[in-house]
Amino acid sequence: MSKGALLERIEGALANDRLREAVKRATNNFRSGKARAVLEYDDWEAMRERARAVRAHTIAHLDYYLAQLAAKVRENGGYVHFASTGEQAVEIVRKIARHYGVKSVAKSKSMVSEEIHLNDALKEDGIEVYETDLGEYIIQLAGETPSHIIGPALHKTREEIAELFAQLEGRTLSTDTPTLTAVARRQLRNVFLTADMGITGCNFAVAETGSVTLVTNEGNGRMVTALPRIVVTLMGMERIVPRLEDLDLLLTMLTRSATGQRATSYTTIFSGPRRDGEKDGPEAFHLVIVDNQRSTILGTEFEEALHCIRCGACLNICPVYRQIGGHAYGWVYSGPIGAVLTPLYRGVEEWGEVALASSLCGACWEACPVKIPLHDMLIGIRRESAERRRTHPFERWIFRGFGWMMHRPGLYRAAQRAGRWLQRPFVRDGRFRWAPAPLSSWLKTRTLPALPSKGFRDLWQSELTKQREPRLAVKAAFGEQREEGRGA
Amino acid sequence: MRVSLFVTCIVDTLYPQVGVSAVRLLRRLGVDVDFPSEQTCCGQPAYNSGYAADARRAAQRLIQAFRDSQWVVGPSGSCVAMVRHLYPKLFQGHPMEREALELAEKTYELSQFIVDVLGVTDMGATFDGVATYHTSCHMTRGLGVKEAPLTLLRNVRGLRLVDLPFAEDCCGFGGTFAVKMASLSTAMADDKLDNVAKTQAQYLLGGDMACLMHLKGRMEKRGMPVNVMHWAELLELATRPDRVDARTLADGEVSAS
Repeated sequence: MSKGALLERIEGALANDRLREAVKRATNNFRSGKARAVLEYDDWEAMRERARAVRAHTIAHLDYYLAQLAAKVRENGGYVHFASTGEQAVEIVRKIARHYGVKSVAKSKSMVSEEIHLNDALKEDGIEVYETDLGEYIIQLAGETPSHIIGPALHKTREEIAELFAQLEGRTLSTDTPTLTAVARRQLRNVFLTADMGITGCNFAVAETGSVTLVTNEGNGRMVTALPRIVVTLMGMERIVPRLEDLDLLLTMLTRSATGQRATSYTTIFSGPRRDGEKDGPEAFHLVIVDNQRSTILGTEFEEALHCIRCGACLNICPVYRQIGGHAYGWVYSGPIGAVLTPLYRGVEEWGEVALASSLCGACWEACPVKIPLHDMLIGIRRESAERRRTHPFERWIFRGFGWMMHRPGLYRAAQRAGRWLQRPFVRDGRFRWAPAPLSSWLKTRTLPALPSKGFRDLWQSELTKQREPRLAVKAAFGEQREEGRGA
Repeated sequence: MRVSLFVTCIVDTLYPQVGVSAVRLLRRLGVDVDFPSEQTCCGQPAYNSGYAADARRAAQRLIQAFRDSQWVVGPSGSCVAMVRHLYPKLFQGHPMEREALELAEKTYELSQFIVDVLGVTDMGATFDGVATYHTSCHMTRGLGVKEAPLTLLRNVRGLRLVDLPFAEDCCGFGGTFAVKMASLSTAMADDKLDNVAKTQAQYLLGGDMACLMHLKGRMEKRGMPVNVMHWAELLELATRPDRVDARTLADGEVSAS
C-alpha cells in the first residue's frame, strides 16, 4: 500500500456524505453512551488503572496462561490448536470442517476470521458460511468488510440496509427497525437450525476454567455455541484473562466503553462440548489460538497494543475516524488502534503510513479503558517508518535541515530575516497568496499569515526590555513552591 | 522572582504580540522576565513526524538556552508538553538526560505558572465581550492543564465565557497533519467552527497559536467574523491600567532585569 492509496481512500470517504453522516451518528451514540456510563462510577480512573494492570500482568505471563488455558480446555473435553500464521489458522479450520463433513457454518462475530479471510477459504471448499451478527450479516450481504470493531456495518444507513434486505427477500421493505430485524431474524433462524458447525470469536478466554466468553446484543453468540454439533472458536492469542473473577472488571470496562451498556444483552460463557446429562451444546469443541504476528510485538515498545480489549472506544472518540469511517484505514482494524495494529501485524514497510491518519490529539488514549498510549505508539510507528527510510526523501531532508537549523540560533535568526524578505512577492494584505508544495495544500482551504516585519526577539531588543509595567495588587506566591505547581 | 520566557518559535516568528502579552502579564504580577536569545524551537514537529534524532538536535539547543534559568514559562500548552513530558523520553539514556529532566521540571505553561505557582486566579481584569475557549489537546491531554486558563478568564469582569460544544474534540491542526492530510484537517476544522458559530461568541480564545492559526485561517476562508486571539492577549488588554480598578493597582513597577 502506498500513501497515495491511503490519501485516495480518505478523499473518497470525505466525499461520501452518506457515509460521513452514518458514521457521525453512530459514533455520537456510542460516545455519549459511554460518557453516561462512566459517570455512574466515582472511581472510573482507578478501574482503568486496575484493568491496565490485569492486562499487563496477563500479557507479561502470556506463555503461562496460554498453557493453563490449553490444559483446561483439553480437560473439559475440547481440542486446542495453535496457529502461528493466518494461513495455518485457515488450514486448521478447513481440516476440522472436512473431518466432520461440514456443509454449512453459522458464524458469530470474529475479527480474527476477518484478519485471515476464513470465509473465502471455506466457500472454496463448498461450505456455506453465514454471518449471524446483524452487522456482519449486513456487510456479508453487501460484500464488504467491517468498518468498526463492534459495529461492523455502522457506515450503512437504514435505507441502504433496507435495500439489501429487499433484494434478499425479493420484495420492497419499509425502513423501520421492526421490519428490518424481522427479516434478519427469519433468515438467520433457519441458519441456526441447520448449520453443522458454529464458528465464534472470543472476547475473553478464561485460563483457570478453560472457558470462552462472548458478549453479544442479539444472542447469536449463544445460538452459535448451543445448536450446531461442532463449535470452533478462533481467538487471538492475547485475548485471555487469568481468572473468572477478572471478567467482572474487564467485561464492565468492555461494555461500558463500547456502547455505554452496563452489560450486553447476552453474556455467554461456555466451557467445551456437551457433557453427559446436558441437553444442549456441541458434540465437539475446537479452540484455535492464533498468533498471526502478535508474538512479534511482545517485548517491544508496542507491547501494550496487545492489551486492547476491542471495545472500539478509541474509534468512537477519534476525530479522524469520525470523519472517514473504518474502510479508509485499509484493513480490518481501523481507528487509532487499527493505525497501530495494522503496521505491526502487516509490516511497517508497507503499512506504516496508516499512522499518519492521526492528529495526535490523544483522545484515544484518554478513552481507552486499559490506558494504551496510542498517540505515543502512532509516533513510534512513524519513527519506525522514518528509520527504515519509508518516508519521502524530501521529508527526511526537510527534518534534517530543521534539526540542523534549530541547533544553530544564528541560522534560525537568519532564516527569519530571509523569510521576511523572500515572502514579499507572495504576500498580499498580510496573507500568503501563494506557497510552494507541501504548504500549498494548506492554502487551498485556509489563509496563512505572513511573517510580521518584527518578530518577538526584535521587539524584545528594541522596546520590550526597556518597558515598565504597573504592578497589579494581587498576591502572588513568589518563590514558594506549591505542590501542585511541581506536579503533573 | 525571575522567569525566563520560552516564547516558542511560532510566537517568535508569526505572533510576537502573544509573547509581548506574556511578558506584560508576568511583569504586572511582579515577576522579572528575561529572554534567553539562544532559544529556537522545542523540536516537536520533527519528533511527531518520527524524526527523533533531528528533534533532539533542536531540543539540545533549548536545554542549553535555559540552563541557568530558575523558572521557564511559555505561552503554549503544546510546546510546554513537549518539554515537560516528552524530553524525558527523548533523552532517555542520552548524555544530556539529567539536564533534559531539569528543564522538564522547571518549565511551565503560562496559565499553569500564574495559577499553580503564583497562586493567582483573579487578576482584577475587565473586558466586555462574549468569548468561547478552544481547549487544545496538547494543553489538556498532553500537559494535563485543563482549568488554569479558564480560571483566569472566568475572573475577568464583563467577559461572558460560553462553553464550546464538543470542546474536547481536536480542531484538526495536528502539526504536519494539517498539510499532509489537508482535506481531513479542514473537515475537522469545519466541525469545530460550526460549534464555535453555535456559541455566537465574538472572541475565540485559546492557548496554542498553532491551533488558532489553523482555525483562523479556515474562518477567513469561510468568512466567519470572529476575533481569534490567545487568552494572554485578551488578559493583557483586560489588565491595562485604564481597565483595571485603581484599587487593584499596587505601588511600583516591574521591568526587565
